[in-house]
Amino acid sequence: MAEQLYWEDVQEGSQITPLQKNATTQQLVRWAGASGDFYQIHYDKDFALNNALPGVIIHGALKSAWLGQMLGDWVGEGGRIKSYGCSYRGMDVPGEDLILTGTVTKKYVDGDDHVVECDIWLQKASGEKTTPGTGVVVLPSKA
Amino acid sequence: MPEDSIITDEMKAAIGVDSEPSVYEIEAEPIRRWAEAIGDSNPLYHDEAYAKSKGFRSLIAPPGFIANYAFPVKSGGGGRRSFRSPFARMLNGGNEYEFFKPIQAGDTITATSNIADLREREGRLGKMLFIISETTYKNQDGEIVAKARGTGISY
Repeated sequence: MAEQLYWEDVQEGSQITPLQKNATTQQLVRWAGASGDFYQIHYDKDFALNNALPGVIIHGALKSAWLGQMLGDWVGEGGRIKSYGCSYRGMDVPGEDLILTGTVTKKYVDGDDHVVECDIWLQKASGEKTTPGTGVVVLPSKA
Repeated sequence: MPEDSIITDEMKAAIGVDSEPSVYEIEAEPIRRWAEAIGDSNPLYHDEAYAKSKGFRSLIAPPGFIANYAFPVKSGGGGRRSFRSPFARMLNGGNEYEFFKPIQAGDTITATSNIADLREREGRLGKMLFIISETTYKNQDGEIVAKARGTGISY
């Protein structure tokens, strides 16, 4: 596991440690089972094609779960995620190399909390950001 | 509102009306499966002894777990039960989550939802209805553990 990140270690513009993903159709089936989202566009290719989609597509909620994993890994056990959100602007499909990352936009102290705000997103290998969002986390302080 | 608006008075009346509660009994194995499905090997979500060594009662749920886990023991139907969209297809437009307290295996979580807003837009595929729903999750002690906001695009 990575060393604990501290509030003093990040600045505006700092990058969030990227998380790489490449989904398989089997993973989408696992996600359907684990989440209960059995919408056929995620595992039934004919159904997806009949719905004007390029093929089976990755569940939006799975992408948001990956963003949560990225933030959780970055803040470590000493930090916590206050909130985050994202919009599903583009479709992503199994077999594509995907990167989840972000940049720090603001840092400040709010009472006992050392807060960091970020832009977060999922992007394809081409750099196209299909899933933009924001996050607010609390990091431990060395002070 | 334009004359050909798809948002009826019946739909507007559904805004802000809380659903019946859904009840989720949080258990270790579904947490492990969910973490495995996303590809997250963090021991807090898999290894009970590890989670306990960090001060938790049992495994804790990954971020987004409760908002993206659709197997409540008792389902309250969510905010959409009170009206029907004129469109058959639905896509997820976005999700937002706010976290207050960790959710742990052994918790009983009660969720109530409502429709926070309805909007319509003209898109490439014709008229679309944006359904914004908000859900509040409380644990067995009545504490709010999380809130979620989702945008469903019906078209």
